[in-house]
Amino acid sequence: MLTLTCPCCGISACETELAPGGEAHLKRFGPGSPDADFESYLFLRQNSRGVHFERWRHAMGCGKWFLAARDTATLEVFGTYSAQTTEPPADIIAAIRAKRPDWSPA
Amino acid sequence: MSEQAVSALPGAEATGVVTVREMGLQGMVSLRGDLAALGTVVMRLTGAEMPAVRAMTKGRGIQVAWMSPDELLILCDHGAADTLVADLTQAFEGQHHLALNLSDARAMFGLSGNASTLRDVLAKVTPADISALHPGEMRRTRIQQVAGAIWFETETEARVICFRSVAQYMFDLFTVSAKDGGAVGFNR
Ligand SMILES: [Zn+2]
Repeated sequence: MLTLTCPCCGISACETELAPGGEAHLKRFGPGSPDADFESYLFLRQNSRGVHFERWRHAMGCGKWFLAARDTATLEVFGTYSAQTTEPPADIIAAIRAKRPDWSPA
Repeated sequence: MSEQAVSALPGAEATGVVTVREMGLQGMVSLRGDLAALGTVVMRLTGAEMPAVRAMTKGRGIQVAWMSPDELLILCDHGAADTLVADLTQAFEGQHHLALNLSDARAMFGLSGNASTLRDVLAKVTPADISALHPGEMRRTRIQQVAGAIWFETETEARVICFRSVAQYMFDLFTVSAKDGGAVGFNR
């Protein structure tokens, strides 16, 4: 079972209280952008085996979106943080590096 | 209007290891906005302090619960909800907010009984850590297949609220969870 702590209300929420929102930190390419960029925004994902940044919504709770850093292979959670963030914050990066010295941000 | 109002399951009651009751008409007002800017008016109209994260505070026959970083739930008399909404709307005129009477969109249940058995009955149907929940805090969570919120008025008296459309499901669920022989002895 995956347990993520919602940074908006502080609850350690069970996976079944959350709704998954896919990969975090995507850059949106909207109307007028090149087809290749639009396609990658819509369909192409890292699908990492290992460290991954994701969007989650505390659907059966405070209702807010937040972001999480975890390992997709081990389910180890490195931390959760505000959805109003365009890249992983320094403390999250540090928490990942402490556990995965070989890892570097994409 | 309130003279014709009927709660979801009037008089529904079931007794097993704890007693489950539909609580009848309950006023519920949703207030959304920048919580930091709402406190003074909420205090004036309800007598309740602004609750901290997930907390509940008491006022003049009113309870105020923290629902999310931008939402409060005000529990009041069913007949007082429309007036409260009107007063809130007037007080926050020109300020970005939402005040809405949701009383008849919801249902409320009361569960009462032995403190540890009561916690077992609740814990069986939700992933929330019921052993960590105490009077003064509201826990929004999943209750088997539906969303709901749980709090304790006292250690032996719990309240559950949910959408009115799932009231029968909620009542049946707790009736089964509270059946005689259903105590699991986890919470002591
Ligand atoms: Zn939350």
